[in-house]
Amino acid sequence: MQQAKTTILSLPTQEFVHPGTRACTGCGLSIAYRVGLKALGPDTMLIVPPSCLTVLQGLFPVASTKLPCLNVTFASTAAAATGILATLKAQGNTHTTVAAWAGDGGTSDIGLQALSGAAERGDNFIYFCYDNEGYMNTGVQRSGTTPIGAITANTPFKGKLQQKKDVPAIMAAHHLSYVAACSAAYPLDLYDKILKCRDLPGTKYFHIHIPCPPGWGYDPRYGIKIGRLAVETGYYDLYEVVNGEFRLTAASEKLVEKRKLVPVREYFRSQSRFKVLTEEQIADIQKQIDEKWEGYYKKSD
Amino acid sequence: MHIIEDGNAAAALGVRLCRPQVIAAYPITPQTPVTEKLSEYVEEGSLSAQYIPVESEHSALAVCIAASSAGARVFTATSANGLLYMHEQVQWAAGARLPIVMCVVNRAVGAPWNIWNDQQDSISQRDTGWIQMYCADHQQILDTVIKAYWLAEKVSIPIMVCYDGYILSHTFMPFDLPEARAVDAFLPPFQPEYALNPREPANLNTVTLPDVRMDVHGELAHGYMEIRYLLQEDLRLALGAAAEMEKRFAGVFGREADPYLEPYRCDDADFVAVGLGSLTYQLRVSVDALRAEGIRVGVMGVRFYRPFPDEAIARALTGKTGVIVFEKALSYGYEGALASDLKSALYEYLGGTGRLPTVQNFIAGIGGREIHTQDLTDTLRAAIQARVSKEPAWIGLKL
Amino acid sequence: MGTRHYRRKTSHSEHGPGDGGRTGSWRVERPVFDRNLCIPCKRNKEACFICWLFCPEIVISRTIPPTVDLEYCKGCGICAEECPTKAITMVDEAKFAEEDKE
Repeated sequence: MQQAKTTILSLPTQEFVHPGTRACTGCGLSIAYRVGLKALGPDTMLIVPPSCLTVLQGLFPVASTKLPCLNVTFASTAAAATGILATLKAQGNTHTTVAAWAGDGGTSDIGLQALSGAAERGDNFIYFCYDNEGYMNTGVQRSGTTPIGAITANTPFKGKLQQKKDVPAIMAAHHLSYVAACSAAYPLDLYDKILKCRDLPGTKYFHIHIPCPPGWGYDPRYGIKIGRLAVETGYYDLYEVVNGEFRLTAASEKLVEKRKLVPVREYFRSQSRFKVLTEEQIADIQKQIDEKWEGYYKKSD
Repeated sequence: MHIIEDGNAAAALGVRLCRPQVIAAYPITPQTPVTEKLSEYVEEGSLSAQYIPVESEHSALAVCIAASSAGARVFTATSANGLLYMHEQVQWAAGARLPIVMCVVNRAVGAPWNIWNDQQDSISQRDTGWIQMYCADHQQILDTVIKAYWLAEKVSIPIMVCYDGYILSHTFMPFDLPEARAVDAFLPPFQPEYALNPREPANLNTVTLPDVRMDVHGELAHGYMEIRYLLQEDLRLALGAAAEMEKRFAGVFGREADPYLEPYRCDDADFVAVGLGSLTYQLRVSVDALRAEGIRVGVMGVRFYRPFPDEAIARALTGKTGVIVFEKALSYGYEGALASDLKSALYEYLGGTGRLPTVQNFIAGIGGREIHTQDLTDTLRAAIQARVSKEPAWIGLKL
Repeated sequence: MGTRHYRRKTSHSEHGPGDGGRTGSWRVERPVFDRNLCIPCKRNKEACFICWLFCPEIVISRTIPPTVDLEYCKGCGICAEECPTKAITMVDEAKFAEEDKE
């Protein structure tokens, strides 16, 4: 049975983050985190490795998050989630949700081993990778999920030469009950997916595309627009994989009906990090996107 | 009940008696039998614990850190490169003040690969803020595990229970297996001061500033430096808690021991050999041989290496002519760490009195090189006759 | 006064607002609502609240009219950009300098 979709008006008003965090102006993570915690609810324990979220959390002895949170070493996020979970099991606690929130570097690079281990063990927690496509908190260095063509502090002139690592696909290959790709620009889609997966067994993986004003090079006011553009161009897709079944969701699902993608050029030209991408490169990426979407269209026919 | 088992089994049996709630481990020789045994206990139901077969040692300690933060009694064990791979987490556990107990089954570290015994692994973790206890036989392994949980939880500091790979871990010895009731009387269930939970949410190990800062109640909270100072202060105070630990242990189990040192024929000795772990028991044979030659020599095991029992060591060595430190590890570029620590203690307590004993340092058994008792006897005899060298001399080196 | 008797020996933080500090001293622009354009204001009933949903700082209230907590608003302008009726304008803080003095 399809659950009723959450609307802005039906979204709970209870907040789990205080105003006045240390996050950057217009931070996309702040939006996804805020709405994500609404879906997780008060009976939740969080695990956070060093990342932008560590900054957002605040400095000792003040924390911006109202939920219990364990800050852990960079590579150990998912293993720490396992540890919390093991204690809850030992205490006979079956109601508390364990949720890890890590960045893309902490997930796709240094944390991948622990995440793979926990997923293979099937430990019952929700893992959120908020993907702002680089090591933003340390000053915008490339990560495994930085897209091709993006200028970062250590791909300074040519932009990143390699493809973005497809972490949700890696996680789906662990036979998880739930894998989702979300975006800070679509917070209600994120909210509904969290509600949907909560009672599914084992590890649940969320990948959230996070516009980042200082890292991507745009005026903070355009953050949601840019996040939406990534989806409307078919460049970044919203989907879920439920027990191996892939399905586009929300705006991406609607794109299949519309069969009209915004040219990806608009997305690239909205951010200064892509300024070295040539028209040829953009055309090449457009071709890849079109081919990917031809596959989606065929599947829906 | 007296049983005959290997050292790893002694550790596992000791752990089971302490009723840990979460165990996480990754296999590495020669630690594997400890955690295999524990997985057996959990599967057969003789131990009610969550056993997490993690994908690395880094994660093993991550599980323990998180589980302990949430209020569970936890256990892990490792060796050599496994311990080195944990290093970041080792530091973290101490800074977070978690009473984790970890067995370190001592083994040489790479490169090159070597699976045999020395103590470079645990000695290299000396400065991490953990308590380190060394065992010389199977009874000590079992007893030390039980004591370690009591002490770790008393002072909120993690403890490494170190014992020599193969020499202890894979050899069989008789030892007394205490009754569960006795262990329960000695070791109450873990009651953390705070356990992470949704009803009283806290954010643990957040970024902490160099200086002090107001908390949400308007109270002045520590800076990073205060938190680290308190770890040091509590480590030093743990020496006192260790004495209480031994007294309580003796009261329940009837096995009385000095908490820090294990002297053998030291009372009237002019020269004392000092070391960590099973090597000191082997040295007893050399001491007996030299005593038969009329040489007044003894041997003293250091059971408690961090916090360093400097005063107890200085007192035990007061009036001695010479101290000969045998080590299975080295602070590369200088000398054995124990020799340095010991000299520092002697200087503090006996410096300027004109009664400072000479200190010589010998390195033995690196990478499992066989230590012949005759070599130890000859080394001791030579060191007693005259200073062998300023630099630490390597016993059995075939250059 | 030192921290000798502080109740914890660990980095144990409790939650509270404003750890990032007040934004008023450095914010460049602030959002100003035109109630004649704002949907919930116009209809005088719960509606829209897109500004509330997308506010990264949780400083816009879900009320009629929506209000902004200027203590912590960083002036990102997402609310203004996302408002479907363009009811929110980002106004230069310099314009309020005189007002705030009063």
